[in-house]
Amino acid sequence: MDISLQNVEYRYQVNTPFERLAIKDVSIDIPSGTFLAIIGHTGSGKSTVLQHLNALLKPTEGNVVIGDRMITSEKKQKNLKEIRQRVGIVFQFPEHQLFEETVEKDICFGPMNFGVTEEAAKKRARAAIGQVGLPEEILSKSPFDLSGGQMRRVAIAGVLAMEPDVIVLDEPTAGLDPRGRKEIMDMFFSLHETRGLSTVLVTHSMEDASRYADQIVIMHNGEVYEKGTPKEIFSSPEGLLKLGLDVPEVVRFQLKMEKSLNIRFSKTCLTMEELTEEIAAAMKRGAPK
Amino acid sequence: MNEPLVELKNVSFKYDAEAGYALHKVSFTIFKGEWLAIVGHNGSGKSTLAKLLNGLHFPLEGCITVGGIQLSEDTVWETRKKIGMVFQNPDNQFVGTTVRDDVAFGLENHGIERDDMVQRVTHSLEKVKMAQFLNQEPHHLSGGQKQRVAIAGVIALRPDIIILDESTSMLDPRGREEVLETVRELKQDYNMTVISITHDLEEAAKADRIVVMNKGQLYREGTPEEIFQMDEELVNLGLDIPFPVKLSKMLREKGLPLSRHYLSEEELVEELWTSHSKM
Repeated sequence: MDISLQNVEYRYQVNTPFERLAIKDVSIDIPSGTFLAIIGHTGSGKSTVLQHLNALLKPTEGNVVIGDRMITSEKKQKNLKEIRQRVGIVFQFPEHQLFEETVEKDICFGPMNFGVTEEAAKKRARAAIGQVGLPEEILSKSPFDLSGGQMRRVAIAGVLAMEPDVIVLDEPTAGLDPRGRKEIMDMFFSLHETRGLSTVLVTHSMEDASRYADQIVIMHNGEVYEKGTPKEIFSSPEGLLKLGLDVPEVVRFQLKMEKSLNIRFSKTCLTMEELTEEIAAAMKRGAPK
Repeated sequence: MNEPLVELKNVSFKYDAEAGYALHKVSFTIFKGEWLAIVGHNGSGKSTLAKLLNGLHFPLEGCITVGGIQLSEDTVWETRKKIGMVFQNPDNQFVGTTVRDDVAFGLENHGIERDDMVQRVTHSLEKVKMAQFLNQEPHHLSGGQKQRVAIAGVIALRPDIIILDESTSMLDPRGREEVLETVRELKQDYNMTVISITHDLEEAAKADRIVVMNKGQLYREGTPEEIFQMDEELVNLGLDIPFPVKLSKMLREKGLPLSRHYLSEEELVEELWTSHSKM
């Protein structure tokens, strides 16, 4: 399912003294099957953009096209249920939203809310718990007896059980240890590939953005500051650095080394393998005469 | 730096008599004025350790002494004066309606005189560079700013030890750097002891010493240099290796003659520069 934001503006609390412009003139295309990363500082408008992707917010200007639906400021929207089912959002710290007595009930809650029968929902719960890498026995446990990492996975399974076409992730690995982070991201990437999902990842991790995304959008002060492939974005990192954002470690090291040795590598490296190749080659060439 | 400040001897702890040990026979010493990083995977016992140090729980077996006082229910109010804690979630540790009130809260609890209190509040907020936010309401602040106010609340009480319990894990990179920079300065100015419980290996690499926890037990302790020699072993423990160490290793495998593991990018670039200009 394609999603497209066209010149979207959003103001919070319009016509009150608290009115505040959160995003303006934001245009982003997310064709079906894209892995898009959105990066930017806290307060740059990332979360506001995210809430437009399944019509939780209605733009105050511009259009949001989600599949065959067009969301504008004008129309009173009806039947948003289908959109909410097809675009699943995993919010930050999703484990805070667990509430049921058992893991199974918690995962079934969403699908049943959308009219799936109990039997079918249970089937989906079993499939989803496997997808997030947890054993089926966990279904009968209370979500509150699980570890933090397990709770996070259960919450994610609840979104997967809706069988969405688009999955939106807001900082999905915050607070996890390095192994947990890698496992969760690898899991999303494999779901993205095998199920042909569109994935939108809001992250502070330039490593993840460069490793997984096809497209990167940088948000700043409520506007799209730059967009492009990881290669394009990180090949001219001046913009990022000016905003005080990080670049991936590999890129940062390359920049330091080029500056200090007064050399240029033949390309911008995005992986450690590329970087070691380039360093080895540069060392072989030796200092410029 | 060799004056012991906190000593753990054979400390074991269970949350529930039926459950397994959350900590099992943990012994180590924390020295005055050092920055100690405690690292480990989720569930390794790091945070339990913090709760025991602050007397939120007591050891089932073994004992903990803080500044020569053995921690128990009778002494906990004494030892808590020596230790300030900053928790993970910036939104869970604000009690005041303004920044000023929040910092004053702890002081009031300790019965500090008003004049002294006013002075300490201003001074601590200046220290964390939040003085211009005195009358702000907490929800207007960023995560990093909230954590800095929490730190101001802690240092206003002038503890000897500050414990950061994953205090930067919910912050963005800028917020994280703000908080760590603040703590570094405070440590210098007050000769404070810092115990940082963290997943962030880059941060741990800058500590004086690292304790690695695994499954409730102390797995290894040493300098960052020693700990990061562990290499793949760290990955197997659910942790990671800092970027410069990983890169040095890969370069050596490529046949580059590097003399050791580098903990900072600067050192590694320096070494590469030296051998580059010799070629």
